[in-house]
Amino acid sequence: MSFLEMVDTYWLYFLVGRYPEGPLGGLALTVLLAVSGLVLALPAGLLLGLGRVSPWPWLRWPVTALVFVVRGTPLLMVVFWAYFFLPSVTGHKTDQFSTMLIALAIFDGAYLAEIVRAGIQALPKGQFEAARSLGLSYLGAMRLVILPQALRHMLPSLVNQLVSSIKETSLGYIIGLSEVSFIATQINTLVFTLPLQIYCVLGLTYFVLCFGLSRLAFVLERRLAAPAQGAAQKASS
Amino acid sequence: MPSFDLQLLTTGPYHEMLLAGLLLSLQLLGITLVLALPLAVLIALARLGSFAPLRWAATALVEGIRNVPLLAHMLFWYFGAPEFLPDPAKEWLYNHNFEAIAAVVALLLYTAAFMSEDIRSGIRAIPAVQLEAARALGLGFLGAMRLVVLPQALRITVPPLLSQTLNLWKNTSIATVIGTAELMYQAGKVETATFRSFEAFAFATASYLSVSLLITGLALAYHHRFPTRTA
Repeated sequence: MSFLEMVDTYWLYFLVGRYPEGPLGGLALTVLLAVSGLVLALPAGLLLGLGRVSPWPWLRWPVTALVFVVRGTPLLMVVFWAYFFLPSVTGHKTDQFSTMLIALAIFDGAYLAEIVRAGIQALPKGQFEAARSLGLSYLGAMRLVILPQALRHMLPSLVNQLVSSIKETSLGYIIGLSEVSFIATQINTLVFTLPLQIYCVLGLTYFVLCFGLSRLAFVLERRLAAPAQGAAQKASS
Repeated sequence: MPSFDLQLLTTGPYHEMLLAGLLLSLQLLGITLVLALPLAVLIALARLGSFAPLRWAATALVEGIRNVPLLAHMLFWYFGAPEFLPDPAKEWLYNHNFEAIAAVVALLLYTAAFMSEDIRSGIRAIPAVQLEAARALGLGFLGAMRLVVLPQALRITVPPLLSQTLNLWKNTSIATVIGTAELMYQAGKVETATFRSFEAFAFATASYLSVSLLITGLALAYHHRFPTRTA
């Protein structure tokens, strides 16, 4: 089978798996998983990040320990724990998609928590003190004064986190989730004679997606930087 | 859930399997680290140098590697790359633990690409006048780099390099996809053989975590010993 015949036969399978007759797979599943993983990781990361800087030790210590443990273990380890122990916790068999989704939400949540924490701690202390002295409660000051400023600069980091998420979804391969790496390996098994070409196409696919997104992050960073500098100048003059 | 079987982890064949896995993971970490650092310095220098084709090639290499997941790199080097080679070379590789070799190649390129970016930003953080002054004193480009710029840049670069080392340590687990018998692979095998998933994964998690904390500790100690200088 020549390379062009291979592309002609399998391109649709590569993009969407056996959809619409069977379950969604391939590149579409990769993107879907990365985006929904990040959407779930956002609130998790925000809560964990707030927990990391909380003034109450009973909250700060466990959250800090959790973040350290998750960041110190490979994602694959989190995936394995989710794969083998979610069924025993929830009582019914979890499919590969939900397993991967939950693992991604926990793992990326821990990383986002550090981004949120850094964003909060980068703000001058006076911001928080001023908000408190104006009569806002701790949570009110966080919600109305600190977070809007801290999160403003998170957008480029979020796009970069999406790039990481896309790359992380490839681990679904190991638990048999039919995302794009898994599909590529299946095609490789079926065709058998073109491993080099197939894995180059796989690499190129990830590259186009991730490189495009990281350029987008770069552009966003520039756009966001401009008004912020203006504001800083105004404040200092 | 049945009680935690500590005996499984401290003695017997499964203990040895897990320990062999941990050892191979540490070897992957060590070998890759030793090879990746000089490669990363070379790539960083190529990206900063004045020779345009080399600069473009290095940029393309770094972006190409960073934007593809490590798992795809592993699959490529294990399944795809041998097609390049003549048959005797293939045979030699398959007889010499090719899983581990392919894993090291993938980890090496992936880690070096990320580290070269850290080194590059470390070098760029050194004011250009340092290089110009060194050149004016009669040092060549490489001499100025080696004697003046790099010693200063490395000081700023060590903390991000340590965090890349941490990433490398966690990334060694991905070698399990191509059947490298490292820690994750062995934990999976013990799990399959004994159905003691909790024990096997607890051992793996504890091992990964200990080494990670060690690296984090090193980073903290370094930061304490050499705080970032503000000019």
